[in-house]
Amino acid sequence: MSKTFSIGGIHPSDNKISVKAAIENFPLMEMAYISLSQHLGAPAEPVVAKGDKVKTGQLIAKANGFISANVHSSVSGTVSSIELLPDLAGNPVQHIVIKVEGDDWLENINRSSEIEREIKLSGPEILVKIAECGIVGLGGAAFPTHIKLSPPPGKKAEYLIINGAECEPYLTSDYRIMLEQPEEILIGAKIMMKALNVNKCFLGIEDNKPKAIKKMKGLCSKSYPQIKVVSLLKKYPQGGEKQLIDAIVKRQVPSMGLPIDTGVVVQNVGTALAVYEAVQKNKPLFEGIVTVTGKCMTEQRNFRMRVGTTFESMIFAVGGFPKDAEKLISGGPMMGKAVSRIDASSVKSTSALLLLTEKETKRGEEGNCIRCAKCVEACPMGLEPFLLNRLSRAGKIEELEANMVQDCIECGSCIYTCPANIPLLDTIRLSKAQVLKILRSRPKK
Amino acid sequence: MTTTIIFTIVCLSLLGLGLALILYFTAQKFKVEEDPRIDDVEAILPGANCGGCGFAGCRAFAEGCVKAESLDTMYCPVGGNDVMKNVAVYLGRTIAEKAPQVAVVKCNGNCDSRPKTSNYDGYPSCAVMSTLYSGDTGCRYGCLGQGDCELSCKFDALKMDPRTGLPEIDADKCTACGACIKACPKILIEFRNKGPKGKRIFVSCMNKDKGGIARKSCSVACIGCTKCQKVCAYDAITISSNLAYIDYNKCKLCRKCVVECPTNAIWEVNFPVRVPKKEVLTAEEQ
Repeated sequence: MSKTFSIGGIHPSDNKISVKAAIENFPLMEMAYISLSQHLGAPAEPVVAKGDKVKTGQLIAKANGFISANVHSSVSGTVSSIELLPDLAGNPVQHIVIKVEGDDWLENINRSSEIEREIKLSGPEILVKIAECGIVGLGGAAFPTHIKLSPPPGKKAEYLIINGAECEPYLTSDYRIMLEQPEEILIGAKIMMKALNVNKCFLGIEDNKPKAIKKMKGLCSKSYPQIKVVSLLKKYPQGGEKQLIDAIVKRQVPSMGLPIDTGVVVQNVGTALAVYEAVQKNKPLFEGIVTVTGKCMTEQRNFRMRVGTTFESMIFAVGGFPKDAEKLISGGPMMGKAVSRIDASSVKSTSALLLLTEKETKRGEEGNCIRCAKCVEACPMGLEPFLLNRLSRAGKIEELEANMVQDCIECGSCIYTCPANIPLLDTIRLSKAQVLKILRSRPKK
Repeated sequence: MTTTIIFTIVCLSLLGLGLALILYFTAQKFKVEEDPRIDDVEAILPGANCGGCGFAGCRAFAEGCVKAESLDTMYCPVGGNDVMKNVAVYLGRTIAEKAPQVAVVKCNGNCDSRPKTSNYDGYPSCAVMSTLYSGDTGCRYGCLGQGDCELSCKFDALKMDPRTGLPEIDADKCTACGACIKACPKILIEFRNKGPKGKRIFVSCMNKDKGGIARKSCSVACIGCTKCQKVCAYDAITISSNLAYIDYNKCKLCRKCVVECPTNAIWEVNFPVRVPKKEVLTAEEQ
């Protein structure tokens, strides 16, 4: 029997049309545009200068501040400039531009595909290694992993949950790595368990991926008894951190709280694989699995892609721009970000490039709210989106706070179900930002 | 029957009288002593309650004026100098006259000069749009055109022009209350002195990119070429981050910079029409 979270949720068609495409290496680009803000927190500080020769995997920018992450070169070549370039939303971000010359990896990276099962490092050493290798959460938010794995004083982790739900439609990158590198993921999970000093771990996988569940269950029962594979109901947003904790260990993350408040740390399967590669193979995070998909495309592929590849080259690698493509999304259709410039480049947490046609993406004309309460039913956080929308348009900040707008996880379930095409998420996201700003400026008790 | 009616009327009257007395004495007992001048000052003020003075409304401003030691920091932008003079006379204080100001929009990239690079179909609000991305044109500094400023204006002075997609300010109606300045997420609106007979010159652009990039995204962008700075005899123009700024206190309205600007980013308002050569420019500003 599959588990699921207790309230809300929607059932969008999963459209995982690229499931059968095995992961292939993306051809090496000519120029790499490596962003220095690939993670949540302060941008990294460059440690190379124009004209320097760099090798694949070499540190090119180091973490700047507590919440920040190292950035490594994804290619070998010459640094041609360090400049402000637009990211996918058009906002200027410092980039290191590298002209690619061959593919010369650092010698200390173990490139063999042999699985290293023995964990040699101790807990604190693992954390240092993860921080050094610039690992960030690959579920979407790109929060530096070493911080997430060191609970604040006074809080203790009981469980580690590995998130293999991949509830977003279209995405298949997590599914492919679970099929192709399952043992690496489980070793990655074990490494994180050692770092957190916990001895119970769950791996949650949605039940629309029976092959992955079967494979993982077989491996766990054979050689990883501390890891338990949990089958989850196919329902969006099953892979949300708070929803996953609710579904698997039946605990509720308090309002404005973190998962660690319930004694749980959640990490994505992609992060687990990156941790394995960092700790066992000494390989920093400079490539990731990216699904390039869309119904308008002739082929759908899963690529292992270096960080700093432009979206333009991804589209050309799969046969060029389809005529009817209207919208490009980096990530899944529910929570992904629209790509406003194709000359922008991928970052560590880029999981997919999705092309949608006008028919699939065009918003309908906004009508009046008929109080059908579909949005209330769909909200996985138990909020009342129609009410928040009304309050937001009237600018009633205090009432928005009283109605917990700050708990919104921006999953988009409300706007998906609304029969009147009301831009609920747009207005709620705006007031959430306003309320959070006020809450953060308030003195702490 | 009649007795019932009479009884009811008498009862209710007595009850009303009793309650009125209680209310009267309570009001006397707990009366808040307020400076009577506050009411008078409030009567002088325009009563727009726009908040342009920085107070919560006209009454709060009146209270502030009465309590303040000097009126130097107090200014009602809606009433202007006339009203402030009346307030000063009533309170027996002096006040320095301030040059009247008006809001100007510092973006002139319309549909032709600043072509769209993407279609936005989300909630029509600049605030929402700016949280999502840098804008639907190549210029990330420019007007988003969703009209948050129009909604914020309480004086009907600001209207979105459907032809250009930019806000148009009616200088006669604009009271310089500052609501639109707060509403604009791109910080494109600024106060400037109205100038003698409404004449004013300003750089209608906020693009801080390098010349080439700015020009590529918008044909009327300031490219920071410093030509205007060189031609200005009064040292009124400064250039920082590839963007020219004209100090309205130093500008003598000689209009030399307007002619010099290669991209027509500098605007002149309310000047007489010049030689035919400049017809294009005057057509644009109308």
